[in-house]
Amino acid sequence: MTPRRAAIVAGIIVLIALPFAIGEDYYINIASQILLYAIFALGIDVLIGYAGLVSLGHAGLFGIAAYIIANVLAAGYGHTVAIVAALIGTLIATAGFAAVALRSAGITFIMITLALGEIIWGLAYRWISVTNGDNGISVTTRPMPFGLSLASPRGFYDATLIIFLLAMVAVAIFVHSPLGVALAGTRDQPRRMNALGYHVWMIRFLAFLFSGFLSAVSGILFVYYNEFISPQALALPASAAGVLMVIAGGAGTLLGPVVGSALVVIVQNVVSAYITRWNLMLGAIFVAIVIFMPEGLVPGVRRLVQATRRAAARRWPRAMASRLRSKP
Amino acid sequence: MSRKMSGTMTRRRLLAATTAGAAAALTRVPAPAVAAPAPFRVGLLTVKTGPLAAGGILMQQGVLTYLKEKNYRMAGRQVDLVIADTGGSPAGAKTKAQELIERDGVDVILGPLAAFELYAISAYVIAHKMPTLSLAAADNLTQRTPNPYLLRASATSSQASQPLGHYAATRLKLKRVITISEDFAFGYEQMGGFQAAFQRDGGCVVKKLWPPLVTPDYTPYLAQIADCDGVCQGFAGSNPLRFMKQYGSAGLKYPVVAGEAGADDFLLKSFGEEAIGLVSAAPYTLDLESDANLRFVHGMLKNFDAIPGQYAALLYGNCQVLDAGLTAAGGDSSDREKFMAALKAVRLTDTPRGPIRFDHLNNVIGTIYIRRLGKEGAKYGLKLWNKTVHTYENVSQFWTWPEKEFLAHPVYSRDYPPLTKC
Repeated sequence: MTPRRAAIVAGIIVLIALPFAIGEDYYINIASQILLYAIFALGIDVLIGYAGLVSLGHAGLFGIAAYIIANVLAAGYGHTVAIVAALIGTLIATAGFAAVALRSAGITFIMITLALGEIIWGLAYRWISVTNGDNGISVTTRPMPFGLSLASPRGFYDATLIIFLLAMVAVAIFVHSPLGVALAGTRDQPRRMNALGYHVWMIRFLAFLFSGFLSAVSGILFVYYNEFISPQALALPASAAGVLMVIAGGAGTLLGPVVGSALVVIVQNVVSAYITRWNLMLGAIFVAIVIFMPEGLVPGVRRLVQATRRAAARRWPRAMASRLRSKP
Repeated sequence: MSRKMSGTMTRRRLLAATTAGAAAALTRVPAPAVAAPAPFRVGLLTVKTGPLAAGGILMQQGVLTYLKEKNYRMAGRQVDLVIADTGGSPAGAKTKAQELIERDGVDVILGPLAAFELYAISAYVIAHKMPTLSLAAADNLTQRTPNPYLLRASATSSQASQPLGHYAATRLKLKRVITISEDFAFGYEQMGGFQAAFQRDGGCVVKKLWPPLVTPDYTPYLAQIADCDGVCQGFAGSNPLRFMKQYGSAGLKYPVVAGEAGADDFLLKSFGEEAIGLVSAAPYTLDLESDANLRFVHGMLKNFDAIPGQYAALLYGNCQVLDAGLTAAGGDSSDREKFMAALKAVRLTDTPRGPIRFDHLNNVIGTIYIRRLGKEGAKYGLKLWNKTVHTYENVSQFWTWPEKEFLAHPVYSRDYPPLTKC
């Protein structure tokens, strides 16, 4: 087993064992939130990290899924119908979103996604017959897949963890697939990729759909977690928080969005109980990350570890030589 | 549902407790059999960051003023206060409610501030049978979809604006009024209440304007104010300041009436001359010369050097209700249903806002004060003052309509009551 595999297995075991270790419901709920926002951030990372496209409108997609769930359930259908409808509906919305936004790239892309996100927020805010406006919609039950109740914090955490792991695997497969590699190509050299015969637009479109799908999944988890959806969940700050999670954790990595999500959720919910000016603190953390680890926490820490190892190797060449060989 | 999930932790706690107990037994004599009652844990859901923070901080100051006055004791029990900042968002309110209930194990929740926050946690507090004394004015939670664990000692959104409509029609003799308020539930419900009462007494709302909560400039809306003989504004937070300033600069001279937040006393230090003549209706007024109010205002000045408005006063009142309810329940808050019943039965006469009691849907019945803003009577170093010119006593959330008739209408909204030709 390579060290990398061992680390992955260890990580999964830690995540499964986490609820037993922390015990208190409140912290299990926080862990569920970290995982569901991590899925959201993963979706944004597919675009930022692998396609080089920064979207400031993903909370809109997230919100569409949540509102579809709330409305379908309110219409008297079951959870399966609601979830399928939410996934399909969000994919259709994402396709429309992408068709408009992908006419541009760079700054224009950011501004167009921002505008689209604001339109969805505006609809959520004003289309009161569907969204109940500012007062939001309550969802009173959580689904029971295979007869397992998700009503308890533990049950919900386990379900979120399974979905989170599936999402991680899906993103890992995606970025290593020929499509994912081609996507990275369109990020670095779009014109050369075009000249090589790749359909740059289509590659980006598919990546956008995948990203929207992950947003839908996290939106569904969000509405079941909070049992409530209101326009604030899809306002610009929510989209920006997703982008910040990716940038803070490290764009273009699998682990980065997860670390970023943990950072934001913990500061927002746990640290805020002790520090009134938690917003300021979060801002200071982001500034520090940008100054000291502009590539993000995960690649930054990796760089530091490697630098330390090299420095150690220079100082004790013989002792480290054998270890370095075993760890390429 | 939740406590049994923490198996390992319980074992660990048990182990820790046993070890500690054994150690204690070895080192000192056993504690006396009759221990002091457990502290009464009060959770405050407030907003300390974001655009609603000014009101949220006043809420906290109101609570602290009461607790300091009572030396952090209610019904003989030590009070532990846990303060949580929701950030003014529904998801934040939910997470913080979980924190208070699941992690901190509070016995009661004070707050939250905004209607959408209360809607977001309403089902959750029912599921956990958590008595909640809110400031939020989401009308329907004590009307068509009542929450049995919510006790509203503040007011519904329309509770003060309905008397205001009556006053504007019968005393101010206004005929044609344009309403303007923020584009959210608190605004709709306030203006709806004003319109319903105003039109019943012969007035007519000719136009309704809804600027967004955060807008840099009211000019496009002010340009639409014409062909009327009065304006009703229902702004909240610090928006009344900016609205009145721009209203004055635009040269508009129509008399202005305001909802409960539109001339809040905590804004008096910031209003300019342009606000003189503003008539407002509110469940609390700084002007009230009762012992209870003077005690409260002096407490606020002493502790925080802050001029209170209704945010602080109503939270102070919530604490009084809590104290009285806990005393009536013999200091026992463990049976939540009994405790809730004791809270509902509370009748007080010595609150900063005057006498209060509750209706069967857990909403407050109290006095509504009509004030005129001017210079006369100003105290506490202020230049401007809201002087009470009329009081409506024992105002319920249904105003003077029979309850059945009132509840048969839909909740006040952007489109209800509709604009009619009149």
